[in-house]
Amino acid sequence: MSPLVCLLCCRKFELYSMAWNLKEDLRDCLVAAAPYGGPIALLKNNFRKEKSPGSRPLLEIYSASGVPLASVLWKSGQVVQLGWTASEDLLCIQEDGTVLIYNLFCEFKRHFSMGNEVLQNHVREAKVFHTEYGTGVAILTGAHRFSLATNIDDLKLRRMPEVPGLQKLPSCWAVLSQDRVTIVLLAVGQDLYLLDNTSCSVVTPPGISPHAGAYVQMAVSFNYCYLALFTDTGSIWMGTSSLKEKLGEFSCDFRAPPRQMVWCTRPRSKQRAVVAAWDRRLLVAGNSQECIQFVLDEDSYLVPELDGVRIFSRATHEFLHEIPEASEEIFKIASMAPGALLLEAQREYEKESQKADEYLREIKDQNLLSEAVRQCIEAAGYEHEPETQKSLLRAASFGKCFLDKFPPESFVRTCRDLRVLNAIRDYQIGIPLTFAQYKQLTIEVLLDRLVLRRLYPLAIRICEYLRLSEFQGVSRILAHWACYKVQQKDKSDEEVAHAINQKLGDTPGISYSEIAARAYDCGRTELAIKLLEYEPRSGEQVPLLLKMKKSQLALNKAIESGDTDLVYTVVLHLKNELNRGTFFMTLQKQPVALSLYRQFCKHQELETLKDLYNQDDDHQELGNFHVHSSYSSEKRIEGRVAALQNAVDEYYKAKNEFAAKATEDQIKLLRMQRRLQDDLDKPYVDYSLHDTVYGLILDGNHKRAEHLYRDFRVPDKRFWWLKIGALAEREDWEEMEKFSKSKKSPIGYLPFVEICMKHHNRHEARKYAARVTPEQRVKAHILVGELDQAADAAIEHKNETEMNLVLSKCTAATDSSVAEKINRAKAQSLKK
Amino acid sequence: FRRKRKWGRGAVPAPFLAGAARSPARPRGAAAGPVPLAAGAGPSPSMAFPGRRDAPDGPDFTVLKRLARDQLIYLLEQLPGKKDLFIEADLMSPLDRIANVSILKQHDVDKLYKVENKPIVSTSDQLCFLVRPRITNMKYVADIVNADKATGRSRKYKIIFSPQKFYTCELVLEEEGIYGDVTCDEWAFYLLPLDDDLLSMELPEFFRDYFLEGDQRWISTVARALQLLNSLFGPFTNTYGIGRCAKMVYEVWRELVEESEGDSQARRPEISHVFLMDRDVDYVTALCSQVVYEGLVDDTFRIKCGSVDFGPDVTSSDRSFKVLLNAQDKVFSEIRNEHFSNVFGFLSQKARNLQTQYDRRRGMDIKQIKNFVSQELKGLKQEHRLLSLHIGACESIMKKKTKQDFQELLKTEHSLLEGFDIRESTSYIEEHIDRQVSPSESLRLMCLLSVTENGLIPKDYRSLKTQYLQSYGPEHLLTFHNLKRIGLLMEQAPGETLTAVESKVSKLVTDRAAGKLTDAFNSLARKSNFRGISKKLGLIPRVDGEYNLKVPRDMAYVFSGAYVPLSCKIIEQVLERQGWLGLEEVVRLLNGNEFAPTEPVTEENPARETQRVILAVFLGGCTFSEISALRFLGKEKGYKFIFLTTAITSSARLMDAMLEAKV
Repeated sequence: MSPLVCLLCCRKFELYSMAWNLKEDLRDCLVAAAPYGGPIALLKNNFRKEKSPGSRPLLEIYSASGVPLASVLWKSGQVVQLGWTASEDLLCIQEDGTVLIYNLFCEFKRHFSMGNEVLQNHVREAKVFHTEYGTGVAILTGAHRFSLATNIDDLKLRRMPEVPGLQKLPSCWAVLSQDRVTIVLLAVGQDLYLLDNTSCSVVTPPGISPHAGAYVQMAVSFNYCYLALFTDTGSIWMGTSSLKEKLGEFSCDFRAPPRQMVWCTRPRSKQRAVVAAWDRRLLVAGNSQECIQFVLDEDSYLVPELDGVRIFSRATHEFLHEIPEASEEIFKIASMAPGALLLEAQREYEKESQKADEYLREIKDQNLLSEAVRQCIEAAGYEHEPETQKSLLRAASFGKCFLDKFPPESFVRTCRDLRVLNAIRDYQIGIPLTFAQYKQLTIEVLLDRLVLRRLYPLAIRICEYLRLSEFQGVSRILAHWACYKVQQKDKSDEEVAHAINQKLGDTPGISYSEIAARAYDCGRTELAIKLLEYEPRSGEQVPLLLKMKKSQLALNKAIESGDTDLVYTVVLHLKNELNRGTFFMTLQKQPVALSLYRQFCKHQELETLKDLYNQDDDHQELGNFHVHSSYSSEKRIEGRVAALQNAVDEYYKAKNEFAAKATEDQIKLLRMQRRLQDDLDKPYVDYSLHDTVYGLILDGNHKRAEHLYRDFRVPDKRFWWLKIGALAEREDWEEMEKFSKSKKSPIGYLPFVEICMKHHNRHEARKYAARVTPEQRVKAHILVGELDQAADAAIEHKNETEMNLVLSKCTAATDSSVAEKINRAKAQSLKK
Repeated sequence: FRRKRKWGRGAVPAPFLAGAARSPARPRGAAAGPVPLAAGAGPSPSMAFPGRRDAPDGPDFTVLKRLARDQLIYLLEQLPGKKDLFIEADLMSPLDRIANVSILKQHDVDKLYKVENKPIVSTSDQLCFLVRPRITNMKYVADIVNADKATGRSRKYKIIFSPQKFYTCELVLEEEGIYGDVTCDEWAFYLLPLDDDLLSMELPEFFRDYFLEGDQRWISTVARALQLLNSLFGPFTNTYGIGRCAKMVYEVWRELVEESEGDSQARRPEISHVFLMDRDVDYVTALCSQVVYEGLVDDTFRIKCGSVDFGPDVTSSDRSFKVLLNAQDKVFSEIRNEHFSNVFGFLSQKARNLQTQYDRRRGMDIKQIKNFVSQELKGLKQEHRLLSLHIGACESIMKKKTKQDFQELLKTEHSLLEGFDIRESTSYIEEHIDRQVSPSESLRLMCLLSVTENGLIPKDYRSLKTQYLQSYGPEHLLTFHNLKRIGLLMEQAPGETLTAVESKVSKLVTDRAAGKLTDAFNSLARKSNFRGISKKLGLIPRVDGEYNLKVPRDMAYVFSGAYVPLSCKIIEQVLERQGWLGLEEVVRLLNGNEFAPTEPVTEENPARETQRVILAVFLGGCTFSEISALRFLGKEKGYKFIFLTTAITSSARLMDAMLEAKV
């Protein structure tokens, strides 16, 4: 289709012929079309009053090309207005003030209410608007009051002040956003009112003729900058929405209020136009007194866009926009702009005509070749038809050949972007984004929208084509796909989990736990568990498992992870969730968790620790527990004895007779020590048996010591060792001698020598040195310092080792004779 | 059937030459039995490694200190203004190695306090606590905060956890009702470089927490430390290991690597090989008395965080000296890895040299003297000071050790290692207990007996325990329970053959689901099977003639030539074989859990130095003897070993960790 060039520099071209085969007239339906080439929602039969089951309203959603996406029979209340959110959710505003949110597959998401007072007064009119805060809803109630919510995701209802003297519905109104404040502009007859949060003020547009008449329609531009007012005299006032400046005024032949009036602008362009639609006529009015009129074959619906207006009817979907400068330059009839010449040059070149050179020369002579290339690239972006795009790009590419240093990025980027745009504009996909809209929307949002439409393969292809990082591109889309996949109820858990893992593998950035969480939200716990198996990070698995009440599994996972903090998290969760008995049982099955919990209890909850052992019939540990408390927490003897008695009982139950006996002995000792302490007025409690006996001997209480020795069956050896030690410390040599003669020493007499020498009593030591066995004699003599006798003994034994030992003790100055003696003996033994 | 060995024979007076005095041509079962693996694989030790390569230099770890310091300063700055700092006692020495008091003062730390159980006196409005993530510390902070609340005093509180925060800590803060009153931070101070080749996490509690209590919370900490090293000096390409804990650390670390993948650029690794080992793979080595100088100093004086306090008996003055023991100490670095019997000789030689250098003064003219004083004197004096300290230390060690009949003790240990004269050794231990020689020494000997013999026979088990309780008090009933749980001191199950044990172990693995793991594992799986392993790996070297401790020929020198430390032998074998191939039987006896890279990465160019830098990770602590042994191995084979340990350990520390003593 060749572009239509007009004086106003607007053109209208067809985007799609609609695929929807609509039987109803658009005027009989409630219509809402999302901006940025978004979907179209139709609510049929909405206006019929009788609600027989056969004629229930039907909600249908189509792509911009009319391909049906979904439909649902409307069973809820009377709908006043439809609208789309910025994230392409459908808002259905009901008469009772309830707003139902559906996704673009007609699946109900949630609802909210515009306030209780609406219930009685009903919503008469409503508008959905988009600001930097998000998507907002404004309603006008039967009581002629406005309420609005600027962000439906963070609902804060604002009831606007009353308009004084307002008795009927305003003829028209609009929501404006100025300096981040949302206000309502309404017209009642010839008066304009501005409603902000606190007040209502009357305003007059500057420069409006006093005879303009009553306002019947108004339009706010896409960016909230401009305002157009249509009066019943057929005059259109155009100005800034701040009502400070008038841009122009236009009088048309129509008196009837247009069905729709919208702005047709383009960012960074001086030209502005207002498009008004009546039943069969479309009028485009600009700054000047000229206008363009189109005849409409059937009911049409206008969708304002960032850079133009989309117009769709039952049959077609068209786009009306101001012709961009670059396109105008190139396609203007008989244009001599560099871009136009370059396009011509390239065409001639293809025809192998030498004219190509002439055109090229003409551009080059003016030194405008790079400008020409730039123009062609830019213009290609504005074109809808791939053929036109191609010829422009071909021209650009041709021109680039004759330039030395033309940066290639813009060309490459435009080619890439156009390829993406062409792909999504395809009528199967039906997202007729323009270049400018695409840039405004960003690729990330576009991908989100494809994902929303479940066009996963296309989205992935685009990511791959644009070489987006896996993290923000492919893996994100796959994750979304997986989240959708888990909702497919017709497939078994096994199948779904397998399919997901097959496709996702270990793509970086994929969080299986998120997908599992989604599966769980859909009530598919088993599937969630299967999916979690693929999650490599245990830290991510555990919280979800806990949420799903799969605590046992969560505990296993936590333990596997080796992260004890995670184990504690689960254990303490279980502690609160389960009753004590079950909790303990669960722990018994998990030694790792059990030891961790025991560690915790040892410091924080000693009694729980005891309960734990009790539960498990762990008598050994219970015994240990009592022994421990007998010296750590109990201070009184009675308490300690009682604790030990408990320990004895437990040890017997544990069949640990050794421990039981030892503990019984300890009880006996403790009682004994208590008595000693009372009798002797000296501290004995808490000494070991050995130390107790030692202490008694040290104090000369030999009787009592003997008593303990017998009572506790202290081995003879030990008793002898400790007794001579204590006696030596007491320096009670007499008693020691008596003791040494009491019976044959089980430890021999060398220890006597040693202990005497330790206390520097050589005299006593000598006595015992004489009594040691022959084998120890040398050693004994050395100990008491009788080297001479030691040498004699060694020589007598003919023991070389002993001789050497003595020799090593000899010092040259004093013991030369001894050394000599030994050396002689050694020499003699050698001779033999 | 066996000639009794004679000890202490020969002219050398030092009592440490047990190994040197070993009877030549000892008739042993091994001679007729299977050839020990070491002889079969690799170059035989006696060949003295003809193509010996020089060991490469290790990486520079000062960056770790810098990182830790910078982060600490950053954290202190997070609480602007004057503040008092409360430091946990265990963190004081490590902190001292990172940042001194003046650095702390520069960052508005007003007063320093030790965290201890008594009311605080601080008047500051801001309190900062630098603590380990322990529940007791949380209660300590809670008491302070709640006391302030009661008196209506408002202050700012900040807790800095080192090296990380645990969920339980926050939980306790919450239970104590002060969660909202404090701010928490983590000081990721995982690794303290104690020396050029030694990194310590300074987490002595790791051993008890993991091996006794089954508490795995430190696993991720170790994994993070490993990842820190990996990111600074890696990537580690070949990771070997053995032990349950090692495996878990490895797996958690791998996850960390995968998470952070992408931001690591391809670098030439400074460390490429890692060997992870659980302490419970080899208790024997840790239980032996140390006779290498550094180990002996540790056993005698307890080296704390790389430095030691030499008391008046060493310094021969009335004050004690704190001495930093590391490679910077010229005297120490030369004797640290030497068998003690060589140390005296070395030191006296050194003293003579020093004297000669001093003597050069005589006959110098003024100018020369000036030169000498300004350039050499300081160094000489420093060296002199160190020399006299080490000589003092040696004397002190000699005095202590001879008093306790160290020689008898070593003899007993060696018998236990070889498995001879068990009766005699048992009565030696009994006497040791009866005479109250030393609680931890006695316990250690009992454990060594149990570990080498796969448990004590029931009669001994009972009587030794009874004796011990009589000597040291009944609370040790719990100590014994702990030792049994961890597998250090057990009773031989009557009639239980090796295979019976094994089948139980393998059944356990399948029983995991049943969850009876912990208890069963503690009592069974830790059967040490030492005898079998020792035979397979040839841990008791055959000696022809005297073992020359001056020129050692294998790692056994660290135990007087009587025993090659098992842990080090495993590392040697695995590195040599680049995996566990051929060690299946040993692995089975060690209860498995081994791992190795599926395809060891070998450089085409073997000259590449970093291929020969090996990070040896000890989970549960390593001893100085093991470090010395591996340093020796490194020198012999051209490896450079870097040590990462949860803490330096010793037999005494192992025993202390098991004690249930009165508080």
